[in-house]
Amino acid sequence: MVQTTSRSSFLRLGKDPIQTFLYLAGGALLLYVLVVALGNVAAGRYGLRDFLQGIVLGLAQGSIYALIALGYTLVYGVLRMINFAHSEVFMAGAYIGFFAINAFSQTPESGGPSFLEQNTVLALLLTIIVGMTASSIIAVLLERIAYRPLRRAPRLVSLITAIGVSITLQQLFLRLFGGGTRSYPVVNLCFEPLQVPDQVDRVCGTAMNLLQGRYRLPIGEQEIIVRPLYFIVFAIALVLMTTMWFIVQRTKVGKAMRAVAEDKNTASLMGINVDRIIVVTFLLGATLAGAAAVMFAVYNPQVTPFMGFFPGVKAFTAAVLGGIGNIPGAMAGGLLLGIIESAAPGMLGIPSQLEDVVAFSVLVLIMIFRPSGIFGEALTKSRA
Amino acid sequence: MSLLEVHDIHTYYGKIHALKGLSIRVEVGQIVTLIGGNGAGKTTTLNTICGITPAAQGRVVFDGQDITRLPAHEIVRRGIIHAPEGRKIFSRLTVRENLEMGAFARNDTDKIARDMDYVYERFPRLKERITQLGGTLSGGEQQMLAIGRAMMASPKVLLLDEPSMGLAPKLVEEIFNVIDYLNRENGTTILLVEQNATKALSIAAQGYVLQTGLITHSGTGEALQHDPAVIEAYLGGH
Ligand SMILES: Nc1ncnc2c1ncn2[C@@H]1O[C@H](COP(=O)(O)OP(=O)(O)O)[C@@H](O)[C@H]1O
Ligand SMILES: [Mg+2]
Repeated sequence: MVQTTSRSSFLRLGKDPIQTFLYLAGGALLLYVLVVALGNVAAGRYGLRDFLQGIVLGLAQGSIYALIALGYTLVYGVLRMINFAHSEVFMAGAYIGFFAINAFSQTPESGGPSFLEQNTVLALLLTIIVGMTASSIIAVLLERIAYRPLRRAPRLVSLITAIGVSITLQQLFLRLFGGGTRSYPVVNLCFEPLQVPDQVDRVCGTAMNLLQGRYRLPIGEQEIIVRPLYFIVFAIALVLMTTMWFIVQRTKVGKAMRAVAEDKNTASLMGINVDRIIVVTFLLGATLAGAAAVMFAVYNPQVTPFMGFFPGVKAFTAAVLGGIGNIPGAMAGGLLLGIIESAAPGMLGIPSQLEDVVAFSVLVLIMIFRPSGIFGEALTKSRA
Repeated sequence: MSLLEVHDIHTYYGKIHALKGLSIRVEVGQIVTLIGGNGAGKTTTLNTICGITPAAQGRVVFDGQDITRLPAHEIVRRGIIHAPEGRKIFSRLTVRENLEMGAFARNDTDKIARDMDYVYERFPRLKERITQLGGTLSGGEQQMLAIGRAMMASPKVLLLDEPSMGLAPKLVEEIFNVIDYLNRENGTTILLVEQNATKALSIAAQGYVLQTGLITHSGTGEALQHDPAVIEAYLGGH
């Protein structure tokens, strides 16, 4: 086989027509984006206010991507495999979480407020735990039934299996629970200590509505719209990611994960049960995805068996953006993608519905120019 | 009954018949060495004992129990510790983490801490590099770390695969001293695979000569050192 990976990309230009075409197309796209963005900034159509608005929104969305991206990256790090069914692991968390929160929102027969209304924080926490548990169970079954028997098979086989499992799970949820759309109930959470007397909320009055509230925040002459929910999502994601980082870096099982990622045979010579560590890896990733799923559904309330697709592909993009297999990379990649996605439409003067196109373009551009991602060890090298 | 008995094992890599009915015995407290040319099957023998490439036929018996079909991580728990060929340090784990991985199967926290101090005492170079990543160590330091990591497992039998490979003569000396010391002072039983046959036979109680998957000679280290056929083939005689 001819090895061209060590040569500079410029040498490849002209030798491989497809590569050349991709470079030119990618370059043209980048140039276009740059010119249009600078034009809009120069013309005053896009300013600091818009950028800050993009960051606030992007950080919340991005921390969801980061949580899901960690699942792709953890499994890739240990098995060198893209678990395409991870998006359905996410979906399962949101979906089963729905049954929990829906049950909590029923008004008791005796009348009076529901558990969700009365004990909102506890009910939401329980929902997140249910989501995490559901995702974990699905992921562990998935590993056991679909992936473990194929551990020694060629990579393409487990890749195709992952896609098959993904479709199977969508169909399974569709058949089991029907295709109708379900929506997470609208939850209000009034936080009395924080009073916003000049911006009265419909439910909470002058108290801050942590979940549904939208507040104007002055930035110099102008103002941006913030939802306290963004900060809550971001904070929870930070706590979860820090916990995960601690587990991987400091605990015995985390160190064993890193040992298994590097060399399975030698890890087993340490007395490490490699199969068990792989299960733990799936479990960790799924736990984060389940938490992300419930938070995602709190502000994108509709749940369907197919809801995993877009967040899944975007989180995958985030993982590749940060350098797949790299844990800080997945976190940074997620946040960055969230920000790019919410800032780019405004910056380029395109409708914000096109944010999905933005995310996919990011994926294509990384694949062309830097497949190893920002923090990248080269994909190809670690596969050897 | 010997501590470790390998009975007539056959091991394959696909169609390649790497071990063709090999038997060896290791007594408690002994250093036993396995010598032979490149590709003779020395590494495969150790890998078969420790469960990485299980035997298709034959038996491995440790402490009276059949361990032939146990997975590698279970065999480690019984006390057979393998320091593999090429050191296989975890390059992205620190020196300390590598040593901790050596003790993965143990739960006696206090004793683990003492063993780690002992390893640092034995290899002061490692102590100076506690927080350095394994991949940044020199070859000699990596070999010390590999042996230290195996010591952390508190082995009953230590399988060492070419520990002196690629090291400068002074370091080879140091490594052999450590092996001898582990055996003498700690009473660790050792099965040593070496290309440096002269040195290996000089510290071994018992030796086996391996050729294309079969034992061709065996005897005390002393006897093999003076066996003309062995001298001719492996000890650089003329
Ligand atoms: N992973 C493998 N796949 C196929 N053949 C192997 C593999 N490892 C070793 N062999 C073959 O098995 C035989 C014994 O190899 P090995 O045990 O490594 O010998 P030694 O350690 O004595 O140099 C050799 O013929 C070698 O080519
Ligand atoms: Mg060998």
